[in-house]
Amino acid sequence: MTRWTAAAAAVAVLAATPAHADITVGFVTSLSGPASSLGVLYGRGINAAYEYRAEVAGEKIVLIQLDDGSDPATATRNARKLIQENHVDIIIGTSSATSTIAMAAVAAELHVPLIAISPISNPAVPEGERRWTAAVPQTPQLMLRAITDRMARDHVATIGYIGFSDAWGDLVHTGAKAAEDRKEITLTANERYARTDNSVTGQVLKLVATRPEGVLDGGSGAQAALPLLALAERGYKGRLYGTPAMVNTDFIRIGGKAANGIEISAGPVSVADQLPDGHYAKEISLAFRAAYQKVHGAPSTDGFSAYSFDAWLIMTDAARRALATAKPGTPEFHTALTDAIFTTKELPGTEGIYTFTPASSYGVDDRSLVIARLVDGRWIYTP
Amino acid sequence: MTPDIAALLAIDGVANGAVYALVAIGLVLIFTVTRVIFVPFGDIAALAALTLAAYEDRRTPGTPALLATLALLAAAAEIITLRRQPRKILRTLLTTLALPLAIAAIGWAVGRWAAAGHDLPAPIRIALTLLLVLPVAPLLDRLVFRPVADASILLLMVLAVALHFALVGLLLLTFGPEGIRTAPMTEALLQLGDITIPGQTALIVAATILFSALLYAFGRTRTGRALQAVAVNRTGARIVGIRPGRAGTTAYLIGSLLAGLSGILIAPVNTVFYDTGFLLGLLAFVGAIIGGLSSYPVTVLGALLVGLLGSFASFYSSAYKEVLVFALLIPVLLWRSVSATHSEEDIEE
Repeated sequence: MTRWTAAAAAVAVLAATPAHADITVGFVTSLSGPASSLGVLYGRGINAAYEYRAEVAGEKIVLIQLDDGSDPATATRNARKLIQENHVDIIIGTSSATSTIAMAAVAAELHVPLIAISPISNPAVPEGERRWTAAVPQTPQLMLRAITDRMARDHVATIGYIGFSDAWGDLVHTGAKAAEDRKEITLTANERYARTDNSVTGQVLKLVATRPEGVLDGGSGAQAALPLLALAERGYKGRLYGTPAMVNTDFIRIGGKAANGIEISAGPVSVADQLPDGHYAKEISLAFRAAYQKVHGAPSTDGFSAYSFDAWLIMTDAARRALATAKPGTPEFHTALTDAIFTTKELPGTEGIYTFTPASSYGVDDRSLVIARLVDGRWIYTP
Repeated sequence: MTPDIAALLAIDGVANGAVYALVAIGLVLIFTVTRVIFVPFGDIAALAALTLAAYEDRRTPGTPALLATLALLAAAAEIITLRRQPRKILRTLLTTLALPLAIAAIGWAVGRWAAAGHDLPAPIRIALTLLLVLPVAPLLDRLVFRPVADASILLLMVLAVALHFALVGLLLLTFGPEGIRTAPMTEALLQLGDITIPGQTALIVAATILFSALLYAFGRTRTGRALQAVAVNRTGARIVGIRPGRAGTTAYLIGSLLAGLSGILIAPVNTVFYDTGFLLGLLAFVGAIIGGLSSYPVTVLGALLVGLLGSFASFYSSAYKEVLVFALLIPVLLWRSVSATHSEEDIEE
């Protein structure tokens, strides 16, 4: 079918069906429990998104929000409840990777699309089945690639690594290791600490003893500041590198002078106002910030609420196209919506420009990250 | 490893160990007097740190509200137990309700005053925080442990674990998920030969020595001896006219003080989250186990050992730091189970 006949068919379908079938969206996040630190931000993002766009092609969107208490079992139950009792057309969620993977299994089983807002591993799709889960965030590989490319560009050859002794710390280290395998940098140290540790003096002493030209910080949130403070105490003068996990006001507040000058890879939204005119993310990011300010009465300062916002953009963009072929609330619409998501092409968002194919749940490329440098408590776009 | 790196690691280890020692002393004190392994100890330390940070930020912390709620619940529990003795009710309400409510009111009023833009001097902030934290453990004891004071150690421990989870939830609710760090109490640097010791480290060690000495002196007083009597034999103490319940309250009061103190001491050197307390308590517990949950001097040495081991382990193999520290338990427990003699009371359990 050519584009014109498709459009004509769409018009015909629209004309034939009365426009009062609302699109129902289920949103799950952690508003309590240990993942709520991020979950609350994701929740704020979806509220801003709803404020930004509450209808698609004349159809109202109904948003149902549930708390998963940071528990994968509850997240699974929520997904089932949303599909079987609330008859949602699509699910967006949630704040921890484990819970999101659990929800993806439910989505695949009950044939309802899911947009993941946490970085998850690409779910395996059995031969002949549809892929029901799309993921918004940049992959850790992309995040690390962006920052190690910057190290290589600036000829910072030796890097000392210090990061969390958990999965995130491992992911960052793996990314740095990949750059070492490409012979771009040399890792001089691999030191780890726990989020609840009192001090990293030992780790930092060992790190500094290897005399790296730069240090890569694989922590996240406020506690990513701990090694930077210890490095400053030891008088370390080399370069500092980090990840999007540091786009966080507490990191800036606690890191203070010690965190000054750190360069991180981050979604374009973190430096939206400084992006050059014509950058794909500028207009939409500013629209997101305005909607966020309107709903919450405060500016958005994190990188997480924007993922929910982008999930909403992907959903509404796909729904616009899916409405041409099916009516919300029907299994046909779920399939049409999924197919529409996985034919998304070059959709500009706040965190990346999305092109989905059925081959992968991820739809971002290296344009989804920019380098930002922390200067006096503010992230500065550093192309 | 060069000597100066070793010295830096040792200083760091002693500072951490001193904080663990404060917590461990409190754990041992509460355990010997009430037989409760007080798991939420670290959470009270976190509560103190978060409260102090709120005052520093010129915000009213949720602590007064938390304290008032606890006091009301404890008072309700008192009224139910004493419903046939109305005269006693009035007297107990004075300590379980009126006193904590007064403290909560002060905390709230000062918080509002600070929120209006007034600056609180650091000593007042610290004193107020300690005052607010002080009644927390005794009230929790009244509410949770007193009704089952004679139950088995295992049941008491399960209750303590449940209480820990409840407290962590409450802390998350009142203070939110973000971490805090308070302003350093001192920027001074002590020069000891070639080694520089941060003032905060010196302060932590000094506070630990001071409070250990104070506790030692307290052990010589009448109340202190009563506590020891209960620790040695509850039934015997009761026969000679010592109330185990009251001794328990005193133990919890001292425990609260030590927890509050350790929280205030670590807040300037580390980011404290609502859930930071658990690991602090767990590491201190390793120290307490080295002391067999009974000997104070060995407990302090054990806590210092945990601090030093953690510090050196973080240098040699940071990914396995926690593993190395907790693995210390295996030889200690082996040695204790071989060398310990079992008393009749243990067999009863």
